[in-house]
Amino acid sequence: MSGVRLLVGTRKGLFILTSDAARQDWKVDGPHFGGWEIYHANGSPVDPDRIYVSQSGGWFGQLIQRSDDGGATWQQVDHDFTYAGEVGDHLWYDGTPRPWEFKRIWHLEPSRTELDVVYAGAEDAALYKSTDGGQKWVELTGLRTHASAPKWQPGAGGMCLHTIILDPVDPDRIFVAISAAGAFRTDDGGITWKPINRGLNSDGIPDPDAEVGHCVHRIAQHPSRPDTLFMQKHWDVMRSDDAGDNWREISGDLPTDFGFPIAVHAHEPETIYVVPITSDSLHYVMDGKLRVYRSRTGGEQWEPLTVGLPQEHCYVNVLRDAMAVDTLDECGVYFGTSAGQVYGSADSGDTWKALVSDLPPICSVEAQVLP
Amino acid sequence: MIRVILPPHLRTLAHVTGEVRVEVPGEVTQRHVLDAVEAKFPMLVGTMRDRGTGKRRALVRFFACEEDLSNEPPDAALPDRVAQGEEPFLVVGAMAGG
Repeated sequence: MSGVRLLVGTRKGLFILTSDAARQDWKVDGPHFGGWEIYHANGSPVDPDRIYVSQSGGWFGQLIQRSDDGGATWQQVDHDFTYAGEVGDHLWYDGTPRPWEFKRIWHLEPSRTELDVVYAGAEDAALYKSTDGGQKWVELTGLRTHASAPKWQPGAGGMCLHTIILDPVDPDRIFVAISAAGAFRTDDGGITWKPINRGLNSDGIPDPDAEVGHCVHRIAQHPSRPDTLFMQKHWDVMRSDDAGDNWREISGDLPTDFGFPIAVHAHEPETIYVVPITSDSLHYVMDGKLRVYRSRTGGEQWEPLTVGLPQEHCYVNVLRDAMAVDTLDECGVYFGTSAGQVYGSADSGDTWKALVSDLPPICSVEAQVLP
Repeated sequence: MIRVILPPHLRTLAHVTGEVRVEVPGEVTQRHVLDAVEAKFPMLVGTMRDRGTGKRRALVRFFACEEDLSNEPPDAALPDRVAQGEEPFLVVGAMAGG
């Protein structure tokens, strides 16, 4: 294999980092789409040179770019994310009804098996699908018309559909997560959806055990064990072993269970990573120390990973889509910070180094292993 | 020909430098000028006006002849000097932080 490519979405453009399989020396290419917010960029598992980019901005709105040559050249594809049918209302922050209004695409998830199939998660929450490489998008309306949807309410960052997991075994099964509605699953390709939030407990909502209304920050899955899901919730790190039907807390001995990203080791389905931050009011790491916490027991027991990470005067955050793993042996782990550093580990998190230090604030990181 | 000056981000998207020129059939209104720009540069659809409602995006402004025409009705005639190609129609990204 030739190496690893990182797709780094930032507040001011897309950067592409590449390395050989040793993952010691990195070339930084960019910015692509300078000045635009790149909420997410993601490559196709079928052909890693097929890359989709969510390009947005407060002035000129949402665009989608596609590359078929690994980011060397780009073509703008369709960005008509229309809500299908009767738009309807969800709740606003003040508890009053408000019509769905499209703002941006938070996450793009290409199919594991079909080159031209790709899903997009929107704010206000909706799931779109393209079967022609992004030339046309169609909403999967079963999610937004779920009976609970009028009760969905935005989190502080907006009512965003930020997690899309395409099940590696069952092609009709998709998991999504929405801030702050919760997690949902379809078993029929997106026609009907079921809230999967049993076991979540959120003190900040009127009914802490409600069917919907939980602020899920991120869900992760290991491909060899697709019924086991890991979740970083607003507070609490959670685990399900029945495809989300039931959850239990695995925060264990974490110093704080508030955070945004969660990732699973590429080869060890019981090894997971989180980046705890101080609290929901202090969105930076604790004690000025940047620490990734790793559990090799599927939760409850956690160890801080600090070698190569700043351990004083550090007050960064890591956003929900800004952590990724590669599939090399040993597993590479990567994350980007709110201060523009991309850190990488080529040994499953034991040691880290800054791959680049002065990018704009980082929204997303995806890792691709190149053939 | 109607002269239009786009903001830098939209020039990049449209793969142009400097001002662009478009033919505007019929009356020279804001709507017809933007229709012509979008027809010539389809990648700009949705960037100046919401593609669902057709309304000007909140942080996009329209100037011409040293006047702010942003809140003029889209079907109102633009100034004669724009219609005659003597002055450009400016699409501007409004001042804002970030």
